[in-house]
Amino acid sequence: MGNATIEITGLRKRYGPAVALDGMSFTVPPGRVTGFVGPNGAGKTTTMRVVLGLAAADAGTALIGGRPYRELRTPLRHVGALLDAGALQPGRSARNHLLWLAHSQGLGAARVDAVLDRVGLAAVARRRAGGFSLGMRQRLGIAAALLGDPPVLMLDEPVNGLDPEGVVWIRGLLRSLAAEGRAVLVSSHLMSELADTADHLVVAGRGRVLADAAVAELIAAASDGRVLVRTAQPAAAHAAVLCAGARATVTGPDTLDVTGPPADRVVALLTAAGVPFAEVTAYRASLEEAYLRLTRDAVEFRATGEAAR
Amino acid sequence: MRHLVRAEWTKFRSVRGWGIALLAAVALTVALGVSAAAGNHSSCGGASDACPALPLGPDGTAVDDHFSYVHRSLTGDGSITVRLASMTGQRRLPDATPGVLTVESGLVPWAKAGVMLKSSTRQGASYAALMATGTHGVRLQYDFTHDIAGSTARVTAAAPRWLRLVRTGGNLTGYESADGTHWTRVATVHPAGLGSRVRIGLFAASPGNLRVTRADLGGSVETVSFSSTTAVFDHVGLAGTTAGAWRYSDIGATLEPGGSVHHPGSARWSAGTYTVTGVGDVAPSLDGIAVEKTLTGLPLGLLVTIVVAAGFATAEYRTGLVRSTLAAEPRRGRALAAQSAVTAAVAFAAGLVAVGVTLPVGAHVLRANGNHVLPAGALTDVRLVVGTAALVALTAVLGHALGVLLRRGAAAIALGFALVVVPRLLATSSVIPDGAARWLLRLTPAAGFAIQQSIPTYDQVTAHLVPQSGFYPLPPWAGLAVTAGYAALALLLALVALRRRDA
Repeated sequence: MGNATIEITGLRKRYGPAVALDGMSFTVPPGRVTGFVGPNGAGKTTTMRVVLGLAAADAGTALIGGRPYRELRTPLRHVGALLDAGALQPGRSARNHLLWLAHSQGLGAARVDAVLDRVGLAAVARRRAGGFSLGMRQRLGIAAALLGDPPVLMLDEPVNGLDPEGVVWIRGLLRSLAAEGRAVLVSSHLMSELADTADHLVVAGRGRVLADAAVAELIAAASDGRVLVRTAQPAAAHAAVLCAGARATVTGPDTLDVTGPPADRVVALLTAAGVPFAEVTAYRASLEEAYLRLTRDAVEFRATGEAAR
Repeated sequence: MRHLVRAEWTKFRSVRGWGIALLAAVALTVALGVSAAAGNHSSCGGASDACPALPLGPDGTAVDDHFSYVHRSLTGDGSITVRLASMTGQRRLPDATPGVLTVESGLVPWAKAGVMLKSSTRQGASYAALMATGTHGVRLQYDFTHDIAGSTARVTAAAPRWLRLVRTGGNLTGYESADGTHWTRVATVHPAGLGSRVRIGLFAASPGNLRVTRADLGGSVETVSFSSTTAVFDHVGLAGTTAGAWRYSDIGATLEPGGSVHHPGSARWSAGTYTVTGVGDVAPSLDGIAVEKTLTGLPLGLLVTIVVAAGFATAEYRTGLVRSTLAAEPRRGRALAAQSAVTAAVAFAAGLVAVGVTLPVGAHVLRANGNHVLPAGALTDVRLVVGTAALVALTAVLGHALGVLLRRGAAAIALGFALVVVPRLLATSSVIPDGAARWLLRLTPAAGFAIQQSIPTYDQVTAHLVPQSGFYPLPPWAGLAVTAGYAALALLLALVALRRRDA
């Protein structure tokens, strides 16, 4: 798949007084699904529009395989994008919508039929797109992105409006596209949508990258190595682990959180101290928690920063 | 670029409403034109009720050829020299009391008297004439459409004028003189159809007395009434092989239903003095219907064109499709050019069909109803069809560019309509003064309507040539160039806006 990367470096953009992008930088490598998450207003869509040359950044660069989008000839053969599935002329049929796009890239009708087939719209190809459900529009938008068989794909909230079957379908599609060696960037404002799909996550907030890490790393970072202990004698357990130099907090009538030693060491400590326990579990944060923690920190950081000024 | 144009064409044709709207515009233009033609009837009384055919000049132009002619035969080279001793006339005024004729003495501006060589006395036959006029000085005219100015001398009894016309082969040279000794050459001309044997002699004519008054609403009203010119010639000298006696012909005289001549001319001569009184004119005729009068549906067709062209652009903004368009071709100038080219081509084709059908069918219906359709010539007919289609195309380019610029359908349509159609409607519907109407058709995109004027304006034609009667202030292609300039400007502004804006 050649030079299939998206490199985003130091993008800045303001809309009047509002800062949309504030030094956004990350790279989307080929061969994996990169999730692009962040709350609404984090700058995900603006970043994608800058990559496609639709919006001009005040500073920074966005390169596709080392070249700015504007320099690409037949760009849809390099980057396939889904920005707004609703951006359709209602009176035009699905097939004709893809056909004009295909013609603009020097592609023929055969390619149109192939992608319609791939997204499961072959049966309704000649119906007016205005009558499509949101889910069908998403599929049509994905078909448009796939039209040029591009090594780079960029999909903004593709799961929106899909029924459960569609959600499963698109997860499989994204993984298979990445497996073919393409660089796939998928945005969402809901971490859960990406948890099972993305290999790698870029978490954005307020126009910048908050975290850029593999899914497992993010979860580990959010888990802090905490161990959950359930016991009828929380006070005794607390004392036992404190003696060993770990930190512990009683969180309920029969629970406490231990930070420091791994779970098997906690079991050994409690056993040595003769404290009975019902459960010792290494805590594993959900991706959602990791995400919330990151974005909350971003908000706090920003608030503190502004207060200090 | 080829791919982009193809893509935009696919885009256009795949929204059925646009194609249907354009077809409706074509149908409407044809239907309105033909029904306008069908509403025009002419009859001239008499046994057949049909109007006599218009005489045609050597180049096929419809002509007036009505004058008093005192003439002899000339074979081969030769010349005629005369002194125009006096030139007086009569003009009829509007009746102060109904039924009571009031006449004043004086010449109408294009009163004509002088010497003429004409291939025969048939109406429309080729000729060349050197003449004095009421207010336009000495002129050398030939074959109706050609008019060359000589001196500005005005002939009176106190200031006679000498005129000489010399034939050498196909060349005719006019000379004028104040004293019969010192001559000034006016010009040499080559009429198309003079044979070796021609008629040579003296003539007088006087077009109708045209009066233009302001209409109540701001336009103008023309009235034409009778006038005549009386010329006295002496010192008549002929050279060359002449034959036969002087003869008088009241060429092109119209007959009353009873058979008598309506407003007859007259001539008498004795002792070398010739007095010729003439009525009528020798000039291109506007006594008929110009074929473009059948294009009454064009403003409506243009409105639909603007709606479709602007909609082609604004639909992209309404739906957000513009982002797909610009993602497919990030070089925005090319994206705009492709869409504009398709808009222009589609509109051109629609205009070609609409005008190409309306003009011949309309002309046929007009003729079938007894009307005279002023012949314009094949090249002019082609210019009307192709040029008007170009006007439709330019209007579409303008409408589309306004759509890109304003991004709102209603605003773009309103502005396009106000720029192209409204000035033309104002200028041709007698609600504003003639001067203002002319300026509107010089300065606004409506100037391009000049392309559909089939009958040229001639200085020597006595008529009130205003937009209201279908005469435009700019020549056809110059008018179209003004419209093209506006379309180019709008396209440029659209390009600048498109380049600067985030999509």
